[in-house]
Amino acid sequence: MKRIFTVLLLTGFVLSTLFVSCKKEETGTIKIGAIFAVTGGASFLGAPEAKTAEMVVEGINANGGVNGMQIELIIKDSAANPEKAISFAKQLIEEDQVLAIIGPSTSGETMQIKDICESYKVPLVAAGAAEAIVDPVASYVFKTPQKDSYVAKWIFTTMKSMGIKRIGVVAANTGFGNAGKGQLEKYASDFGIEIAIAETYDKAATDLTALLTKLKAQNVDAVVNWSIVPAQSIVPKNMKQLGMEVPLFQSHGFGNIKYVEAAGEAAEGIIFPAGRLLVAEKLADGHPQKENLVAYKTAYEAKYGEDVSTFGGHAYDAVMLVIEAIKSADSLERKEIRDALEAISGFPGTGGVFSFSASDHNGLGMDSLEMLTVMNGQFDFLQ
Amino acid sequence: MSPEQILQYIFAGITVGSIYAFVAIGYNIIYNTTGIINFAQGEFVMLGGMISFTLSKFMPLLPAIILAVLITAAIGGLIEIVFIRRMRKSSVLGMVVVTIGISILLREAALYIWDEQIRALSFFTGTEISSVNILGARISPQVLWVLGVTSIIVGGLYLFFKFTLTGQAMRACSENSRAAKLCGIKTDSMVNLSFMLSAGIGALGGCVVSPLTQTHYAMGTDLAIKGFIVAILGGLGNPIAAVAAGLILGLLESFSISILPMAYKDVISVIILLIILVVKPSGLFGSKQASSLKDF
Amino acid sequence: MKRYYPVIILFITIVVIQILTFVTGKGYMLTQLTMSAYYVLVAVGLCMVMGYAGQISLGQAGFFAIGGYTTAFLTTIDFSDKAGTAIYKLLDTLGLLITKETLYGDTIMHMSPWVSLFLAVILAGITAYLLGIPVLKLKGHYLAMATMGFGIIIYRLVLGTKIFGEADGISNVPSFTIFPGLELSGDFSTRISNYYIAWLLVIAAILLMVNLINSRVGRALRSLHGGEDASDAMGVDTARYKVIVFVIGAVFAALAGFFMTHYNGGIGPSEAGVGKSVRYVAIVAVGGMANIWGSLVMGLILNFLSLRGVFGHFDDAVFGVILVVMMMFMPEGFIRIAVYRDIKSFFHKILNRRKVEKIKLEHSHE
Repeated sequence: MKRIFTVLLLTGFVLSTLFVSCKKEETGTIKIGAIFAVTGGASFLGAPEAKTAEMVVEGINANGGVNGMQIELIIKDSAANPEKAISFAKQLIEEDQVLAIIGPSTSGETMQIKDICESYKVPLVAAGAAEAIVDPVASYVFKTPQKDSYVAKWIFTTMKSMGIKRIGVVAANTGFGNAGKGQLEKYASDFGIEIAIAETYDKAATDLTALLTKLKAQNVDAVVNWSIVPAQSIVPKNMKQLGMEVPLFQSHGFGNIKYVEAAGEAAEGIIFPAGRLLVAEKLADGHPQKENLVAYKTAYEAKYGEDVSTFGGHAYDAVMLVIEAIKSADSLERKEIRDALEAISGFPGTGGVFSFSASDHNGLGMDSLEMLTVMNGQFDFLQ
Repeated sequence: MSPEQILQYIFAGITVGSIYAFVAIGYNIIYNTTGIINFAQGEFVMLGGMISFTLSKFMPLLPAIILAVLITAAIGGLIEIVFIRRMRKSSVLGMVVVTIGISILLREAALYIWDEQIRALSFFTGTEISSVNILGARISPQVLWVLGVTSIIVGGLYLFFKFTLTGQAMRACSENSRAAKLCGIKTDSMVNLSFMLSAGIGALGGCVVSPLTQTHYAMGTDLAIKGFIVAILGGLGNPIAAVAAGLILGLLESFSISILPMAYKDVISVIILLIILVVKPSGLFGSKQASSLKDF
Repeated sequence: MKRYYPVIILFITIVVIQILTFVTGKGYMLTQLTMSAYYVLVAVGLCMVMGYAGQISLGQAGFFAIGGYTTAFLTTIDFSDKAGTAIYKLLDTLGLLITKETLYGDTIMHMSPWVSLFLAVILAGITAYLLGIPVLKLKGHYLAMATMGFGIIIYRLVLGTKIFGEADGISNVPSFTIFPGLELSGDFSTRISNYYIAWLLVIAAILLMVNLINSRVGRALRSLHGGEDASDAMGVDTARYKVIVFVIGAVFAALAGFFMTHYNGGIGPSEAGVGKSVRYVAIVAVGGMANIWGSLVMGLILNFLSLRGVFGHFDDAVFGVILVVMMMFMPEGFIRIAVYRDIKSFFHKILNRRKVEKIKLEHSHE
């Protein structure tokens, strides 16, 4: 008997959700979906991304919206779970009927929803870093972070000029770290650099002295650390404590001054390629990106009271690109937005100046990155 | 491998091992008085680091740490009063579930009180780049602090349980709580004390390791799992053995990294744990007779 | 026959829900209802392990991952350039190779998911058997640790191994044509049929369990929950029954993993994490430990809401609150205590009142 009651209860529950959740149709707004890992293992990426997207959309709506219409941003927190990203992507596409989706934060999630967006013809502007997102090119999928291969090439070019021949690579076991490690291994021989040892560590690792001891034993000329996680400031500390005096290179994931603060003096002299957001004020006045970078940086830091990071910048670019496409397409058709996105050229974002084409859905060149270093606890250009 | 390298791996293992030991000591103190494994133990370590970091902006390091330990101990006591006390009669299954729930709540609360960013206390002596040379191996002076504080805690606990009346009363509770009650020991306050004590020790650990490992809202889960492994490895209910087991696991991980890819570090330590669980469930240092009397 | 009534009601409910979503134009909800069904399958299997055999398992996500990753790995191998190999010839002669065109115009050839389904179930079953024999001898915290340890090993293996996609997981898993016209895929056009595939799988699992519970094995199991020593003394081979149930729970989880992976078109390491295992335990605990129907209802509700993003940033916190509150106030489960008792006492009151009135009447007649 009681089982029957439970089953009846089940019916009641589903019925009520079906009818209670009847949403009022809002007209006159442009719906944009966003999937970010605001909580969970990739919150270093997702939290600033979500904050940025909210801030940008708020600002645009306050200034009258786009083409006279307000933007409605629907943010979903996937907590870096691919299965949730899939569920949310389907929900945004079918249920919310969004015009475009920005995010997800991690490359793993992006790869899982790439085909969904492609087959339902919904523009996706991803904030995930892996090159596989835009290779092979899916006609509806774009991405804003600079390509890993550019970062690897920048690092190797700099190494070559410093006379470094033999290096050790450590990377976090995240999608970002693995992809970066792969690119480094792919291009090392082109620059005549030998990777003596390549290792991954857990994204939650708290002490890496044992791993670095292993690297030290290989007598490497330099160390490359590729991650977005707290280990970015543990590696320099542990290296100094072990007495490793070789230069440390990091990836463009080192894009938050918090990591410099956490590493303190050990961060001095770290070399890494990154977008120009971190050194916005130091750019020459005529630089095409300067105005946008400084505006975003000041607005973000004033609104949230925390330092800007390049990850938030990826979301900024994603939102701005979609909005730019809506403006130029002057249409609310997904197909038109896609075409307009692909036609964007010379658009100054935080990651660089975007110029998309049918074969390039990243739109950034090698010149989108600068080699930076840490000097007196501040980011600065590498001399 | 050169002798310096071996020494270097040993130091790395000891550093990590003492962090695990901090968590495992806390597990054992609570287990002794209640028979509960408190899965929220890792969160106490996180809270210690987070609170002391926030306080250190307003006051010097030492009072900030002391205050953080006291606050976390109070939180531990509060958790016991609010949640655990009602659960006394529950099954082991129920206790596992409820403490996991508490750990999730503490972690999420930390995310909303602070944020997803990392924080690190400043080094107690020297800076991020100072390093001490011991027989050719180099370590951060903070590691010496970690080792020193661990030894003081172990020594202090030993003296506390052996020679103070309260300590003896707590031990009595662990042997047989009904008999202890009959002898006039207030078992309720003993249980409460054990929660405060282990929360405080966890928080102190969190402060001491924060300059090295940094503090992050989600760090507790991994520590809880590692601490659990160590507590079982040493034999549940034996805080001193937990320290030895922590060091063994730390060394094992450190040397496994020297020959195997680091990606599988945890696989190795868990497989060893499973073997020990099956072959000698009383732990490396536990006696079989004693463990057969306890209800795990 | 009577024991099948709830199953029939469940089936009717499932049909009614589908019709309702169709009528109200909310067919998109079936996506999350289908995904929830697979999680329910794991929960129902775990309910058997925890509720009836009294054994905690903090490694159920590991079995889910075995099912999912086995098929994801095997069916994403492209055989079109492996024409000469022995496996190719074997699969080709058995007619187990499928040629498909990808979204980007490439032609790929992959092995039939029937092969990986078979292998996934066998692999999960054998793993559970080999793990269960030594581990189920442990009790309480030690058993919790051992099963959690198993979960950690699987998680670390998929996260650290190149062929399993490391942190990115495996995407582009092909759809599974069960028979011509019935396809297991996440495509919107096959949504209704997939909803029924998922729930019929759950019903089949429940039927199996209902029969098991009412058989000799079931009686032995219930005696296990009551007290292992007593049932041992009565000559029940407790160890064997515990392992059987553990294997069944593992196979259910692996099946769920297999179907979910083909439905989603991919799988990531988050499905294998300890956090997921804890969620399954939470669902069973909330459902009332030994209550399949409780696990089913709570598994459906919580996963449905979670997958729709209703909890927002508080997704984990909600599960934490549920765990603590349920265990403290209603350790027997939400449905049994709060609702069932109320309903029961309500009917009792009505019945009793009638009786009282009857008695009064009878008295007045005298």
